[in-house]
Amino acid sequence: MAPTGAGKTLAGFLPSLVALSQRGPQKAAGLHTLYVSPLKALAVDIARNLDAPIAEMALPIRVETRTGDTPAHKRTRQISRPPDILLTTPEQLALLIAHREAAEFFSGLRCVVLDELHALVTSKRGDLLSLALARLHRLSPGLAAIGLSATVREPDELRKYLVPQGRLPPPPSAGEGGPRRGSGEGSDGAERGADLHEGLAKSGAVAPLSRPGLTAGPPSPAEGGGNAVPLMADFVTVAGGAKADLRMLDLGRTLPISGHTAWHSMPAIYELIKEHRTTLVFVNTRLQAEYTFQELWRLNEDALPIAIHHGSLDAQQRRRVEAAMAAGQLRAIVCTATLDLGIDWGDVDLVVNVGAPKGASRIMQRIGRANHRMDEPSKAYLVPGNRFEMLECQAALDAVEEAAQDTPDARQGALDVLAQHVLGMACADAFDPADLYDEIVSAAPYAWLTWESFEQVVDYVATGGYALRAYERFAKILRGPDGLWRVRDARTAQAYRMNVGTIVEAARVRVRLGRTLRGKPGTVLPKTGRVLGEIEDEFAETLTVGDTFLFAGETLRFEGLAEDECLVTRAPPGTDPAIPSYAGSKFPLSTFLAARVRALIADPFEWDRLPKQIGEYLVQQRRRSVLPGERDLLVETFPRGKRHYLTAFPFEGRLAHQTLGMLLTRRLERAGLRPLGFAANDYGIAIWTIRDVAERAALDPDFIADLFAVDMLGDDLEAWLDESAMMKRTFRQCAVIAGLIERHHPGQKKSGRQVTISTDLIYDVLRKHQPDHLLLRAARQDAATGLLDVRRLGMMLERIQGRIIHRSLDRVSPLSVSVMLEIGRERVYGEGADEILAEAEAELLQEALS
Amino acid sequence: MAAGLRLEKTHKHPTLHLAGETLVLDLCGGLWLPEHRTLIVSDLHLEKGSSYAARSGQFLPPYDTRETLACLHEAVVRHDPARVVALGDSFHDARGPERMEPGDRALVAALQEGRDWVWIAGNHDAAVSEGVGGRYAEALTLGGLLLRHEPSPGDAPGEIAGHLHPCGKVAMRGRAVRRRCFVTDGTRLVMPAFGAYAGGLNVRDKAIDGLFPKGFTAHLLGDGRVFAIGRAQLARD
Repeated sequence: MAPTGAGKTLAGFLPSLVALSQRGPQKAAGLHTLYVSPLKALAVDIARNLDAPIAEMALPIRVETRTGDTPAHKRTRQISRPPDILLTTPEQLALLIAHREAAEFFSGLRCVVLDELHALVTSKRGDLLSLALARLHRLSPGLAAIGLSATVREPDELRKYLVPQGRLPPPPSAGEGGPRRGSGEGSDGAERGADLHEGLAKSGAVAPLSRPGLTAGPPSPAEGGGNAVPLMADFVTVAGGAKADLRMLDLGRTLPISGHTAWHSMPAIYELIKEHRTTLVFVNTRLQAEYTFQELWRLNEDALPIAIHHGSLDAQQRRRVEAAMAAGQLRAIVCTATLDLGIDWGDVDLVVNVGAPKGASRIMQRIGRANHRMDEPSKAYLVPGNRFEMLECQAALDAVEEAAQDTPDARQGALDVLAQHVLGMACADAFDPADLYDEIVSAAPYAWLTWESFEQVVDYVATGGYALRAYERFAKILRGPDGLWRVRDARTAQAYRMNVGTIVEAARVRVRLGRTLRGKPGTVLPKTGRVLGEIEDEFAETLTVGDTFLFAGETLRFEGLAEDECLVTRAPPGTDPAIPSYAGSKFPLSTFLAARVRALIADPFEWDRLPKQIGEYLVQQRRRSVLPGERDLLVETFPRGKRHYLTAFPFEGRLAHQTLGMLLTRRLERAGLRPLGFAANDYGIAIWTIRDVAERAALDPDFIADLFAVDMLGDDLEAWLDESAMMKRTFRQCAVIAGLIERHHPGQKKSGRQVTISTDLIYDVLRKHQPDHLLLRAARQDAATGLLDVRRLGMMLERIQGRIIHRSLDRVSPLSVSVMLEIGRERVYGEGADEILAEAEAELLQEALS
Repeated sequence: MAAGLRLEKTHKHPTLHLAGETLVLDLCGGLWLPEHRTLIVSDLHLEKGSSYAARSGQFLPPYDTRETLACLHEAVVRHDPARVVALGDSFHDARGPERMEPGDRALVAALQEGRDWVWIAGNHDAAVSEGVGGRYAEALTLGGLLLRHEPSPGDAPGEIAGHLHPCGKVAMRGRAVRRRCFVTDGTRLVMPAFGAYAGGLNVRDKAIDGLFPKGFTAHLLGDGRVFAIGRAQLARD
């Protein structure tokens, strides 16, 4: 574990390079070291960085990459004649271990290096990788696993991830005279480990080891007998380098109460760009990137080369930006999380983070992108977009000062990923279920898995896992008389290979620039202009002809959908985009930063450290209402217009607040207060009703407390979850990952768009007829932490019991204004489909009557 | 708001008149002809789920047939029709009936008990002509109405057809609602698909739009009632 710029990656390779360079003159024994990176580009980048020293020292070492772009003939050759070092991604590794030749290919593997492990383990990709790692440990006993990570809160979780959590069965088919073992030398695990450790020590790259041997292989029986002590890899850490030179950009002027664009700071950011060699401007969303880019260019009188980079842009355009950056041709790049991870671009000397930091560890990672050298301080500015973001920026500054981390907790391995893996293992070879189970639970994320759950997964893979045994005769994997499971046929294996991976992109449509006919306004020629990038189907769905929106740095006018393409024209200069795509942050505020923001607000002595206007704002709030204590929940009620409002400030992030809003709306409905809708942001929620909540609270002193009682997570939550669109989206992802829906079919043209049958229909039918089905369980497991953040909501409700402060006001308070301003800017979540339909119907009636 | 008050008077299942006949647009997606005591449902697509398993190895939940029949059962209990007309594509493919679970088969038999049951031939199930009770027909005339699976091109006064699975989409304030619907111009009508796994085609697509040169009204199946939406308010996909 080391901060950015410490040279982790090279350190990870050194033992392998030393061992390989000291290898005898005999013919290469097969793959020696495997390197896995979360980014394809990073793998390619590392290969280039390795090639240079290897060539300079004339080492007899062959390094190759294997990514989605590797041509078929090279892939075939890599299997028959493996390089010494192979650099790849988790998805490609999954394909490799599902290969028929996997057992032989990996039998001589001695070292696996997992780069940017902190970023991988927080997602389903990390689950998939953990299962592949368990398989590698089994195929090559004594394998050393090295994880490279930025600083994290719980390094022990990563240490467990690297090491089998229990005894592994022998390599599959080893007993059947199966694969040849690597030419007799050094097949003993301990020996290999020592071998590698020696290499590490010689390289002098790391601190002394806590105990001899860097073996991350299976423990000796004596060690592995009990489960009392968790099995963990050795830990090498490098103390943080030079302290970052981090500041909040304070313009000395009053910031708005709401909004994320930081429009007021653009001239200052532009000045900073002018003063530095190369600046990375990080933002939280695609829209923010578009907006910031456009604003900077508006100010760009010096015509500085400023580029934009985000995930929706055309891949070619992104490659061009990356190349220009590497060549030192750019002065600034406005980018989203797509550049959070590691490619070293040398000359960045300033990082600017626009908008809320959202998490301490995230911001430290981003700062680390500047001055990728350990001994020099990274220089960075945090740019708040509104007053709350000022608080958040201050909390982040404090956290960085203390080097406090808020990386997420270790994940529980997902069932849908496991289902994909089980099919892959059947594609590799016949499997014995008991052995495969032992292998799987040796992976730390799956240590929780019971035998029953495992059997259900196998049953799911075989025939769908339905109580109604309809698909027995179509089974994908079959159990032979020898008790082993085998894949049904080549078509099934091919379908597996075509659908591997856990990244389920939202369905997207291409955005193509069309040309308007001058003679005939309103007629747009399709297929004439270039492709600008892709937008999510879900966003395209909501557009109607004539809507304007920001994309690829321009304001575009939506002209319609044609053959799966979103046709647009350039809006006339000066047109304001009418349709806000999602403007808030897609990352929820971390629990840790939220707690710090609450603490800042609660303690007036801290206010001196904040920009003056924030202190004044908080004083106003204290005068007009009250400031909640660190662990309290402030609830305010007040009338406005013809409606009554209730606001609450849990500071638990937008996702948890949306869930809370839905649940509170149901309760208020039952209490007869006739709620009409709600809006949420990262800090609080506002709900508006026809009847007066304050009046009810005055009659019944327990009313507000009851409203926020923990039992709201019971039936209401279940009922709402099952109906919610977000749950359906979650289910769709699980269904795709687990192979219920195949994105690509053998013998069919590739198309990311439109699965053949709507997963919403499938979801509705399944939950009615088999509510405990494996995939519904997987979707609920995801909902607890993912899109709905139910777990966090639960923790919040526990925290505030007995600590709710209700203020009945005659008008809106300064604090409440912030969330009130979200109304109308965001979708109204309380609104049902029928209300929308009724409104459209009314228009028809109007027409008929007029 | 004013519009909202007026709307409360509309019926959950609105009534239309077409070719001199009374048609009740049922929220379940069926069409009830009270004067003929006839219930029409279109595009059941029974055994669509299992057809995927047989063809492509995707194991969709095999409960779609049961679900579709349960909805049909609910409507039959409510109206107690003397006649039920399945307007074609009742099975997703010709081998659907043989894949049907015995329990579902029994459910069909129970629904048919004591009533005239007509399977109109569709393009998916033209080859199905026995083994699931009822009688088979290419088309059926009821009073001034002609019941057939595929809508005929050109004018077709009094025609009730299915086949196209119409869906209407309303997009408003950054939200889109897409629902199955009846489509009519007052002279002819296209029915929504009834099957649990049946997909939908946007009414603004040429295949549907072209049938109604003088415009149409779509009756969308909402959560609580049926909504009449004008063509102008309906968005393309």
